[in-house]
Amino acid sequence: MKKVAIVGYAQHKILPNAGALNEVELIMPVVHKVFADLGISQDDIGFTCSGSCDYLQGAAFAFVEGLSAIQTYPPIKESHVEMDAAWALYESILKVKMGDADTALIYGFGKSSPGNLDSIISLQMDPYYIAPLWPDRISLAALQAQVLLQNNIISPDDMMAAVLEARQHGASNLNALLTDLLTEDLYGSDAFKSSPLRGLDCPPISDGASAMIIASEEKAFEYTDNPIWIEGIDHRIESSNLGSRDLATSPSIESSVQHLQLKKVHFDVAELHTQFSHELPFLRKLLNLTNVPTNLSGGPLVGNVMMCAGLDAIGKTFEAMVNDQLTHGLAHATSGPCLQHNMIVHLERHS
Amino acid sequence: MSNDQAPKDYRESLIHLEYQYTAGSATTTFLNQVKEGRLVGQACPKCQAVYVPPRGSCPRDGIATTIEVPLTDKGCIESFTVVHIPIPGNPIVPPYVCAMVRLDKANISFLHLIQGVEIDNIRIGMRIQAVWKPKEEWTHSLENIKWFAPIDEPDIDVSTLRFQAS
Repeated sequence: MKKVAIVGYAQHKILPNAGALNEVELIMPVVHKVFADLGISQDDIGFTCSGSCDYLQGAAFAFVEGLSAIQTYPPIKESHVEMDAAWALYESILKVKMGDADTALIYGFGKSSPGNLDSIISLQMDPYYIAPLWPDRISLAALQAQVLLQNNIISPDDMMAAVLEARQHGASNLNALLTDLLTEDLYGSDAFKSSPLRGLDCPPISDGASAMIIASEEKAFEYTDNPIWIEGIDHRIESSNLGSRDLATSPSIESSVQHLQLKKVHFDVAELHTQFSHELPFLRKLLNLTNVPTNLSGGPLVGNVMMCAGLDAIGKTFEAMVNDQLTHGLAHATSGPCLQHNMIVHLERHS
Repeated sequence: MSNDQAPKDYRESLIHLEYQYTAGSATTTFLNQVKEGRLVGQACPKCQAVYVPPRGSCPRDGIATTIEVPLTDKGCIESFTVVHIPIPGNPIVPPYVCAMVRLDKANISFLHLIQGVEIDNIRIGMRIQAVWKPKEEWTHSLENIKWFAPIDEPDIDVSTLRFQAS
């Protein structure tokens, strides 16, 4: 099987409300940026794949409109996932590995500001038994937080540390939405949104877009001397029936770790798609990352573009590895309630 | 057991979501001009295609349409359909005609009504012009144009409208 590398990544500054800018106007600058960085154009791309959610825009086939941001003449090979763009990356990797394309452009976009995100995400769940109950994403996350606290897997201090550290890291991330520092007192006086989650334990409503370019082994060195190889990528999903899941653990992540043989890898950096504060210490423990610099970008707690934040975790890991010449990076993307569906990506830089 | 306590084998569960729709900055500019009675398209700086209403990008080249192109309210019927089925809440009584209206110098068409002509006489390529509402009623909407009506000019061969990149 062909090896695949990430060769470029660009992210729009995350906005609380993009206002008059529509999705196309958010996508165009990042696609142009990632092309400009490599000195290439859409003509050099063999496969294009996007990730978004039509419910966010409130229009059927809204993702087709997103394609207006891309050069489509001469005709292009193109696909879309109604998921986080991390899964658009997965589809693109398969295309390159199978030899259908040597290069791929991946982009993700989402505006959470126009609608009620709690209701919208509710509709992403099992339409027969769960969606009719309209459970909101924060209450569902709070269920898992409560289970983790009760089982002493994490502590309230871990959650507070995740929030405070996210802001500290976010201060050096030019694209972060929240960069003002917090104190223990400010955190402690913040109201509960859904106990045990305070408002500050939840990610901010965010608008934005990101783009990434991957290439086969033959092509990668044409673009960069320093490709970041996708050494392993694996995604697994747990039951859509919340009642049948043990929220104190993550069989999907554990089996991915085993499958990718990550136990003995020493990671230099990690970026996790942890949208709520309790998820960060939980996954750090589960992935054995306690001593690994994690979410140096601030992560989703300082900017959480729906359908894009998973791709951003992979992109931020890539950026850190390029900038700091690191050898092993771990990225994580998630989808569904209470970390139901997880993707683990092992990135490697050969020296 | 009374009737309303009879077991049901289904229930309706309506989904209602509200959004603050954003037209986008290009379309916002367009709508501000429509409010003043002007139709202004945007052209792609690369292929020169003119889009009206503009959506902010050229879907052919994937770049922003930065050139403003003032257009007339004249054009031709690129395609049309006769609507026979009444739509609830729509005040227009069938049968009526919806057409893809191609304004002169534009490279895409938009949907609008055709009136002021017998339905049997409507044809592809027919020359038409906008019939505007009274100025006092103008708002940020293409509904400022009540409909398009035929004008006394020779038909256009629509195959000549096919886009050629310059």
